[in-house]
Amino acid sequence: MGKFNKSAGSREVPELNTASMPDLVFAILFFFMVTVSMRSETLIVRFTLPTASEVQKLEKKSLVTYINIGIPLDPRLGSATRMQLNDKLAEVSDIQDYIAQEKSRLNEADQQFMTVSIKADENTKMKYISDVKQALRKAYALKISYSARKGEN
Amino acid sequence: MAKKKKRKTPNLNSSSMADVSFLLLTFFLMTSSMDTDSGLARRLPPPPQNEEQLQKMDVQRRNLMVVLVNYQNQVMVRTQAGDEWYNNIAELQGTGGKVPLKEKVKEFVLNANNRPDLPELIEEDFGPPIGKVLVTPDHVISLQNDATTSYKAYIAVQNELVKAYNELRDQAAKKYFGRSYNELLPEQQEQINKLYPQRISEAEPKDYVQQGGGK
Repeated sequence: MGKFNKSAGSREVPELNTASMPDLVFAILFFFMVTVSMRSETLIVRFTLPTASEVQKLEKKSLVTYINIGIPLDPRLGSATRMQLNDKLAEVSDIQDYIAQEKSRLNEADQQFMTVSIKADENTKMKYISDVKQALRKAYALKISYSARKGEN
Repeated sequence: MAKKKKRKTPNLNSSSMADVSFLLLTFFLMTSSMDTDSGLARRLPPPPQNEEQLQKMDVQRRNLMVVLVNYQNQVMVRTQAGDEWYNNIAELQGTGGKVPLKEKVKEFVLNANNRPDLPELIEEDFGPPIGKVLVTPDHVISLQNDATTSYKAYIAVQNELVKAYNELRDQAAKKYFGRSYNELLPEQQEQINKLYPQRISEAEPKDYVQQGGGK
């Protein structure tokens, strides 16, 4: 009983050893470097994705090709709906070449699983989307995904 | 040279190592995109080989539900059992007191009372826990739109259609496996999917306005 408070000054809190801290941080760093894909493209069109409640996640990012549709960020390029493929504005007629090029990057077994994610602004007219869809059909990119934000509606 | 005293190598001070690695870590955190893309998955039909093939699809009238989204984002639903008109998307989701689209779709796909003006019921075998069930494998939902329909409305309608199928599948999963659809094994999900296949056809748009923009 009398052991408490025996000698107030003699006990000190031992200092925390931080020598392993860099190792820990490096471990996290390598985890991020391995799992993560860098932001590959800068957007030059502006779009707000529509919302939908029944969205599915797209698995296997390496198999996904993106088509961005919206209004150019640069006002000098006009305010009409345009399409961005690979960092530059493109026309609907360029889709076939683009898909062929993206397909050739994948190995043969994976080509049938290629998915095209259409990221279009919610105010786009369906005429434009339909033209894109027809072009994708001609290019035999039949798996598509209408990109949407998850939300209640 | 003269001195033979043993020299000690000084310890490298590694206390800044943590700072450096933190810096790298934050850099990767900032530049990487963790957000996975999500969306409504669809499968397009292969391109027509020739012009004649375009008109070749025959569907019995009772098996067909036409969902039309017009340029003002109004929706018309036509089946042999009757038509429904929705003035806007909110009404379609069931706020305006009308029967929401997803209920219409569920009624259409199920045809629980074997009505002659809803899709044909055919008995099919789906394997052990489900057995032989009457289903409507030939039903088609044809989604049509105008050239100036907004993408937002189109996605909203697509979403409602998918929601109807998902609810049907969830119901079936609870009935046959006693669990919700998301908790089933992949092969069980496959079985349920066969029970209620998503048969949504996206027709080419009809350009009612006919303004001379030739393709």
